[in-house]
Amino acid sequence: MTTDHNTNFDPYEFYAALVAHKLIIPVGVPGAFGRSAIFEDILERFNALVSAHSADDDAQMMTFPPVISRQLLEKTGYLDSFPHLCGTVFSFNGDERQARELSRRVGEKEDWSNTQSMGELVLNPAACYPVYPTFTGILPVKGRTVTMLHWVFRNEPSNEPTRMQSFRVREFVRAGTEAQVSSWRDMWLERSLGIFAKLGLPAHSDIATDPFFGRAGKLMADSQRKNELKFEINVPVISKTAPTACCSFNCHQDHFSTPFGIKTHNGDVASTACVGLGLERIVMALLKTHGLDPTGWPATVRKHLWP
Amino acid sequence: MPTNAPTSPLTASERVRQVLKAHGRLATAIESLGDTDSLYQAGLTSHASINVMLGLEGEFNIEFPDSLLKRGTFESVAAITSALETLTPG
Repeated sequence: MTTDHNTNFDPYEFYAALVAHKLIIPVGVPGAFGRSAIFEDILERFNALVSAHSADDDAQMMTFPPVISRQLLEKTGYLDSFPHLCGTVFSFNGDERQARELSRRVGEKEDWSNTQSMGELVLNPAACYPVYPTFTGILPVKGRTVTMLHWVFRNEPSNEPTRMQSFRVREFVRAGTEAQVSSWRDMWLERSLGIFAKLGLPAHSDIATDPFFGRAGKLMADSQRKNELKFEINVPVISKTAPTACCSFNCHQDHFSTPFGIKTHNGDVASTACVGLGLERIVMALLKTHGLDPTGWPATVRKHLWP
Repeated sequence: MPTNAPTSPLTASERVRQVLKAHGRLATAIESLGDTDSLYQAGLTSHASINVMLGLEGEFNIEFPDSLLKRGTFESVAAITSALETLTPG
């Protein structure tokens, strides 16, 4: 059976429908909308389902705020690869006279950006970043696994609903030997496809690349693709032909282990990998596939989310 | 060859090696590598390969099209030299 909600793929109509059904709340800036209680319930239920599937993984839970140390970001090389996505925290540090000047400019709708100066924090661009410094040193024989649920920021203003500037990722990170992390990454890809199948989502996995900046980025993406370092699970949400990436499965080789001094139990440079599940996108994939009212979703889907 | 093309006493391969020496940050000295030896195995990173690309564009007054922005293009001195032969100074 096909119904209108999963055959029409206009992104702006989908955005309007999410607003009309009181699932998201526009705030006047693209990609920063609010989420309603219904939307949040689906998101939390999905997150709980992921937790249930990974309950035996011995993953340590960590929670960091949505800002990270600027030095940490500089150390990861993020600004070499993704200068266009970064958000940096600037704040006022002036005296009273400068405060009055700031106030005057705001009141008269003038540019006040140069009254602020760069601080020690940046918005966290990837859920796993604050975890790597905690791995510094020698890993246990079985390696380490950490899980987080973090808000992340990407400077990508867009009026299509799946491209957000601020969103949540349920993330798992593994550090260990190359064999440990790559088999773990592959296990998560299969596991996630299984979860998506239970939820009746038309999901497919594919080799993917990160959105590296500029011409340098094209070279880096080519290298990443050839080494099969990144996979994504895609579900049609705003386009049938260009489905939306809802999860990613990434091998980092020594990208984080070298700068953060992460060693395997026998002293070699370790490998790391991460798995990120884009929670808002998965909620939208469910709403697109099964309809905008979750009480009407198939019982076979609902039983996994509301057991 | 256009009459106004810059002339250099060095061969293209020698000029490529100069650019690699200046921008490649190789772990192995460029002088000890043969024309077909892998630059990646010699320590060329993705980021350094960008600086090599920009250095080559300046040295040869060319611009690499998107179709050549691939790992294989910068695999070796020979690969770079043969890619350059397909490009016209602009």
